[in-house]
Amino acid sequence: MPIKTSLAANGIACQRGGRLLFADLSFTLEPGQGLLVTGPNGAGKTSLLRLIAGLLPLAAGSFESGDASLPLPELCHYVGHANGIKSALTLQQNVAFWVDFLGGGDADLDDALEMFALAELKDLPAGLLSAGQKRKLALLRLFAAPRPIWLLDEPSVSLDAASVKVLDKAIAQHLAQGGIAVVASHTLLKVKFAQALALKREAVQ
Amino acid sequence: MKEAWALFRRDVVLAWREGGTIGTALGFYLVVVAITPLGLGPDLNLLSRIAPGVLWVALLLASLLSADRIFHNDYEDGALDVLATGLLPLELVAGVKSLAHWVTTGIPLALLAPLLGLLLNLPIESFPLLVLAMLAGTPAVSFVAGIGASLTLGLRRSGVLLALLVLPLYVPVLIFGVETVSAASVGPASPWPPFLILCALSLASLVLAPIAAAAALRTALR
Repeated sequence: MPIKTSLAANGIACQRGGRLLFADLSFTLEPGQGLLVTGPNGAGKTSLLRLIAGLLPLAAGSFESGDASLPLPELCHYVGHANGIKSALTLQQNVAFWVDFLGGGDADLDDALEMFALAELKDLPAGLLSAGQKRKLALLRLFAAPRPIWLLDEPSVSLDAASVKVLDKAIAQHLAQGGIAVVASHTLLKVKFAQALALKREAVQ
Repeated sequence: MKEAWALFRRDVVLAWREGGTIGTALGFYLVVVAITPLGLGPDLNLLSRIAPGVLWVALLLASLLSADRIFHNDYEDGALDVLATGLLPLELVAGVKSLAHWVTTGIPLALLAPLLGLLLNLPIESFPLLVLAMLAGTPAVSFVAGIGASLTLGLRRSGVLLALLVLPLYVPVLIFGVETVSAASVGPASPWPPFLILCALSLASLVLAPIAAAAALRTALR
């Protein structure tokens, strides 16, 4: 973990399709802190993560990271509902592309492949994987390049119990190394999150 | 630089693997040009006179067939989110992906053109310039197609809309492309002035189109 950074949101608001999802939301995460985002469907959990990753424009407010030398999106790993996997490429080729494209240098992902029990499948086209295996492959992106902020949107969807444990361990390790994790999840993860944020459904007027 | 190369390589490999991309464009080009003489009758003089125009129009239509793939697949499977949070500016992402489209569509089509020229009785001595003109003009085709592809992201039946948006922008390429090949085959003017304008069109779109495409991608991600 080369860079440590903090993440602060100052009075941010999110507007989707003319509807205000949330407004005046503020939080500060120090290195090593996790934030668990909960709330009913449609409360804006995914939107919050996409705002941080710079994939959605802010309606108001601002983000601040402790590291001013890099723009916030380049400090973030975003793993959303869509896996971003190319089904015509093999596992190995998918991973190699992420390492090169995200600037992972000579990152060695063999351990991570082993950890998620994907090592023996690495020459298989990713299109042949099951939903859970695809999810695990998408999560491998977190290890493709060291980035301090992990944004995970329902990371445990379609994972089996053993894989959820691995995921739990990976997040805990990331936090222990001074990383930040913002996780939107309905299932209970064992990781201790320093902060929790409950979004509500009713639109803010 | 390494990031751009990785993306370029991935797109070229995907165009091969996902199948259809290159094959459909080449097949379409072949069929359209092959049925033209059947519709026009066996007048060899007429055919060789209209050959440059037929070859260029068919090339534009064939390259549009695969144009919506430039960004569409990445948008659907979420890979565009990864590309947007990468180290590469979105303008370069758009440029590299358009370049990969040129390599996998523009170049094969340009290389197939002389074969189709035979079907249209195009004089053989004009073949080198035909290929040269198409190689010089097709970058503009791919880069402008990139704008159309990013503007129509997330729309249903985006292919037709893309053609409507982009084909009018191809008019300069078409005019100067046909001009170059006509001058080379029947004369009397020199083919080089329209050829140089063709190069200029490609160079300008190389620089300007990625900026427009990236702006459209940003709105598409919202």
